[in-house]
Amino acid sequence: MVVREYFPEWELPEELCLDAEAIHKLASVIKLQSDWVKHQSTSLYTDPFLLEEKIRRLSKEELANLFLEVWHPIVELEQISSHSLAEAIKYWQSLLPISERWLKTSSLETETGATTREELIKQRILAEKAFSEELEMFWEELKQRVSDAGKIRYWDFVGADTYSETIKRAYMTSFLVTYGYATLEVHRLEEEIFVKPFEKPASIIGKKQLISIPISVSVEEWTKWKRGEQD
Amino acid sequence: MDEVEKRRTGLRRKAYYVRKIKRATHLLFYKHHRKPGVKGWELRRRLGSDYPKVLGILDSYLEKLDLQVKTVFDEEKPVEKPTVQQLDKARFYITLRGSLTPKETKMMGWRIDDIAGLATAISCIISKKGKAPREEVEALLRNKLPGWRVDINMNRYIRSGYLAEDENKQLYLDWRTCTEIDQKALVDLLLGTES
Repeated sequence: MVVREYFPEWELPEELCLDAEAIHKLASVIKLQSDWVKHQSTSLYTDPFLLEEKIRRLSKEELANLFLEVWHPIVELEQISSHSLAEAIKYWQSLLPISERWLKTSSLETETGATTREELIKQRILAEKAFSEELEMFWEELKQRVSDAGKIRYWDFVGADTYSETIKRAYMTSFLVTYGYATLEVHRLEEEIFVKPFEKPASIIGKKQLISIPISVSVEEWTKWKRGEQD
Repeated sequence: MDEVEKRRTGLRRKAYYVRKIKRATHLLFYKHHRKPGVKGWELRRRLGSDYPKVLGILDSYLEKLDLQVKTVFDEEKPVEKPTVQQLDKARFYITLRGSLTPKETKMMGWRIDDIAGLATAISCIISKKGKAPREEVEALLRNKLPGWRVDINMNRYIRSGYLAEDENKQLYLDWRTCTEIDQKALVDLLLGTES
């Protein structure tokens, strides 16, 4: 009705928008009023002020008596049966004294001694080389293996005889790229990825927008690469 | 011959339900979890799919003892004809069918002050659409109870499951109020009093 009445007077689309917004706000006020009326019509609606007034005027005894009329407390029992009591006694009798139980579980005393660096490497507590040292060596290897074009196919560089070694090389390659020792060249149409080493580590973090390139190094991919290499 | 067979079948049925009622009594009267009561799906597992019928028989039996099997549904609104799913999700309790006398409440460990305070707190929360600030409820209680008792009582109501409090110090009605108290009747009684 309102829209129809004022439609001929609108000249600019902005005027229509402003009026529409006003109608929207009016509608939300009506909705809130409708919610309030709905709540008032429910059986549990009570005027808080009226109820408060009633409570204030009633004595403690009157209030308690009123409440007792509508209070139906739950019946709940906690009791031990003779059967569980017998079970408990049986358990107690078979239970060893705490001093004896603790003796059994106490750990064996072992002599303390010194360990060597080699031993720690064997137990994989220490790495053989520092990570940065290992990364630099990996970078050198990449520089040597690239073709004249200065790049190598990702799988040709990462792929190894075993799958675990391949995973390790993929992991190291990801650090080469992240730390600016190399970059990835993605040929989407040919579905090929190349690794290109830099002559000097380039600090790319913070200079330009970094992007992540997910590369699947699954067993299937590795087997496919191995087959391709053998063919 | 047919008559004898009929009687035998009748006796077998009776024995079957007597066993089930005993089992249901043990389950419902004794506390198995932190909260009293048993869930519908738990009763179905222990008593079989005809557990609503078993509970019906038990309820009529308990009537003589002024007790009842109370069903509390997950839904806020009362359920007229519950579905199997609604019954499975519901919680079943044994509650008093009638009402207590003030003398009896003393034996249960409730003083008249505690009961009046609980009635005030619950009706105040109901009138505020099920949520009220703790401070406001406490102020109302302080009108009738000594200040030092108000905090103790309020904590007792929360601990027993009548009220719940959130991190913003807002009070709500908790599971025990929904099970034990006829909220509509309480409000009607309060408003109907001549003061």
